[in-house]
Amino acid sequence: MPDVIPENSVGLVTPKVQHFDTPLTLRSGRVLEQYDLIYETYGELNADRSNAVLICHALSGDHHAAGYHSMDDKKPGWWDTCIGPGKPIDTNKFFVVSLNNLGGCSGSTGPVSINPETGKAYGPDFPIMAVRDWVNSQARLADVLGIDVWAAVVGGSLGGMQVLRWSIQFPERLKHAVVIASAPKLSAQNIAFNEVARQAIAKDPDFHDGWYQEKGTLPKAGLMQARMLGHLTYLSDDAMRQKFGRELREGKLNFSFAPEFQVESYLHYQGEKFSTRFDANTYMLMTKALDYFDPARDHDNDLRKCLSQAKCRFLVVSFTTDWRFAPARSEEIVNALIHADKDVSYACIESDNGHDAFLLPIPRYLDIFHAYMEGVAARSFGGKS
Amino acid sequence: MSELRPDLSIIQQWIRPESEILDLGCGEGELLSYLKNEKNVHGYGLEINPEKLTACIRNGVNVIEQNLDNGLGNFEDQSIDTVVMTQALQAVQRPDELLDEMLRIGKEAIVTFPNFGYWKTRFYLLLKGRMPMSDTLPYNWYDTPNIHMCTFRDFEILCREKGIRILNKTVVDDQHREHWSIRLWPAMLGEIAVYHITRR
Repeated sequence: MPDVIPENSVGLVTPKVQHFDTPLTLRSGRVLEQYDLIYETYGELNADRSNAVLICHALSGDHHAAGYHSMDDKKPGWWDTCIGPGKPIDTNKFFVVSLNNLGGCSGSTGPVSINPETGKAYGPDFPIMAVRDWVNSQARLADVLGIDVWAAVVGGSLGGMQVLRWSIQFPERLKHAVVIASAPKLSAQNIAFNEVARQAIAKDPDFHDGWYQEKGTLPKAGLMQARMLGHLTYLSDDAMRQKFGRELREGKLNFSFAPEFQVESYLHYQGEKFSTRFDANTYMLMTKALDYFDPARDHDNDLRKCLSQAKCRFLVVSFTTDWRFAPARSEEIVNALIHADKDVSYACIESDNGHDAFLLPIPRYLDIFHAYMEGVAARSFGGKS
Repeated sequence: MSELRPDLSIIQQWIRPESEILDLGCGEGELLSYLKNEKNVHGYGLEINPEKLTACIRNGVNVIEQNLDNGLGNFEDQSIDTVVMTQALQAVQRPDELLDEMLRIGKEAIVTFPNFGYWKTRFYLLLKGRMPMSDTLPYNWYDTPNIHMCTFRDFEILCREKGIRILNKTVVDDQHREHWSIRLWPAMLGEIAVYHITRR
């Protein structure tokens, strides 16, 4: 709980909900007749609406990217290290929009929402979303907010994929794209991790093929396993060694199968926490969106051709020990952009923190991000809001 | 923008407006920034020093974090008009291979490097019997980043062996100034050389 709101925080924020009743046709061919998007905004939109920044969230993220909902909150939003007054995405300059994606479980229409056609929760019947569907829905939110052109669209991991999609789907509607710890498509290994996670959920007897809400159960064990697997792939070998080593909870071996090593209890704790706050169907759906993302596929598998549609400038950032979205994957994006003659800068940040690094206050990362966003401000609206 | 570093102001004369350039070891992006503003040149810089890389980003220059010693395989053949490298040739693992790479990627290249045949350097070794140190070469033999020092003659012989044509050459002092005396005996009196080369 923050006794006092820190000076560089956006402070107390209240999410808003926008209802849409224009049908949204999805990549799968299915149609969402109506839906809600929950979002937060930080900072002020300037008179000519040129200072807006869109935040795209990753697998388990949501609209609450910065600040606090109440003085009782234990933690601020998930990207509070990067969004706020004086931070890289400086809310003294920018008007920041952060939403929960469709299919999410934090307030936007998703599997836990009521399907107006049946009067029951969608559950597993909620359409599987593609990254482009999210981008289309985000563009509609921009329309409602009166934002024709984003000064920047920013995201890490799955969020970075949305940024890439924005750059080719609505090239006229963004000036800068910031793609952090991301990839132009998942590797087989990455898809495999996602499938193990999905199987852990699907095989939980409480999952009931996704109809657990109706049955009054929760596939907590499956979701916990999925999260434990995910979480350990977001850390690096070094980070885990430093954090836990082979430390034992009770200082001795008990010759039992209960968690004995600190790393085991940490994973249990993370999994447990996640399994009570996150929806299993949302997890299934988000991992599918990750697996499906491959924008070059529509362009003879040529990423250069694909990204040559973009008109914005790019910043691409990776982290040395991120093996889930390795630097080499970011470099594929960078090289395609160079071959397409696009404006791009790239930094690979030294960090022990694996994929999680993009959420952490690593000085060099924040410096570069900050310097780039100052340029975004200067080029988009002369630096002053 | 008139206070461009002297070596860069020599280099910029040889770069055509609207062209595409690649600056290997681009520092804080001074050259790229100048060429973008003055000649509408599009380009990328490669840099590995974290502070300099951030400075490039602050200066609005396209900069890629990439180590020259790991190769330039990500750049396509003849995709760049001019590849520039200032004061880095002597510091890479294989200058000869890097030169080949520069002219594979670039139609032309511009390189600058310190002359190990400068008279003071020659006399330093001759008289003191120690590896030469100077304002241009301020390092000890054991901690110097300059692992492949050469003289102008060495460089020109390498170019001849490789079939590289020298389009222009300017020899200057350590302040990058041209001087009539240097023109008299460049191999002895020049401290830094700026070569404009091609394979075409």
